[in-house]
Amino acid sequence: MRLKINGAVRQFPGDLMLPALLEKLQLPAARVAVERNRTLVHRDKYSSVRLEDDDELEIVQLVGGG
Amino acid sequence: MNVSPLKIAGREYRSRLIVGTGKYASFEQTQQAIERSGAEMVTVAVRRVKLGGPPEESLLTYIDPKKYVLLPNTAGCYTADDAVRTARLAREAGLSSLIKLEVIGDEKTLFPDTHALLEATRTLVKEGFTVLPYTNEDLVVAKRLRDAGAAAIMPLGAPIGSGLGIQNRNALRILIEQIPDLPIIVDAGVGTASDAAMAMELGADGILMNTGIAGARDPLKMAEAMKHAVASGRLAYEAGRIPRKLYATASSPLDGTIE
Repeated sequence: MRLKINGAVRQFPGDLMLPALLEKLQLPAARVAVERNRTLVHRDKYSSVRLEDDDELEIVQLVGGG
Repeated sequence: MNVSPLKIAGREYRSRLIVGTGKYASFEQTQQAIERSGAEMVTVAVRRVKLGGPPEESLLTYIDPKKYVLLPNTAGCYTADDAVRTARLAREAGLSSLIKLEVIGDEKTLFPDTHALLEATRTLVKEGFTVLPYTNEDLVVAKRLRDAGAAAIMPLGAPIGSGLGIQNRNALRILIEQIPDLPIIVDAGVGTASDAAMAMELGADGILMNTGIAGARDPLKMAEAMKHAVASGRLAYEAGRIPRKLYATASSPLDGTIE
């Protein structure tokens, strides 16, 4: 499956749910926020999100800033 | 010192200084500077996680969200749509509805695009956000932001990171006088303690700064200087300064001098 994550295309074998993707990417779900195809995915909905080919994801975190 | 608290969206803050968390040499230094500043609210940015490397350390390990109120920003957004999307992500990542809304209109000055700012404010207020918009000193824009439901008005004192101090004192005074129902928080431009004190003496309700502290030779000392400057300026404002006069008035009794 082909996913665009934070602007870069990556390939993943087989079906993938969002929590499994975060785990593969070693991202703690509690510390990130996810947007799928320009729409926010609420944290409590992660487990019901089955990713699809060509999905575009933005995965962000809070960083230092002014 | 007994400074009256700053009220934003129903919550009271003892400190009238809000500090950023960017540009520090390390997370440890960020943590120490914030501690020394006495600030209770700190700004953070929203950025893509880096993929492919080892897991990144999180700022939130050093800045405890239980101890500080996090104010995420939409820095770097140039359209209302990007700012709204960033705000939604920030709320999800930080679990708070506060947003320091920035929609930048010009790369060189980082001046706000006030038209897009107003549009984004309207959208986010409808979605339940507490919107603190970074704007310019324009009273009419500030009134529109207030009418759109902004929880404060955050005029720039000078361009972000410039350290030029309050460039337009009279416009700031007009904002303070004409928008009495919302906190006016000077956001950006403070270079040193006297800039902060001056803005507070004019009646600003608070000051938000980042570079002025993080960029100082000794950020920890400057954090403390800013803490005192903001509190002193506020106290002086509340105390009410004497009128300016051109000529002297003696402080000592005029009679009883020796002959």
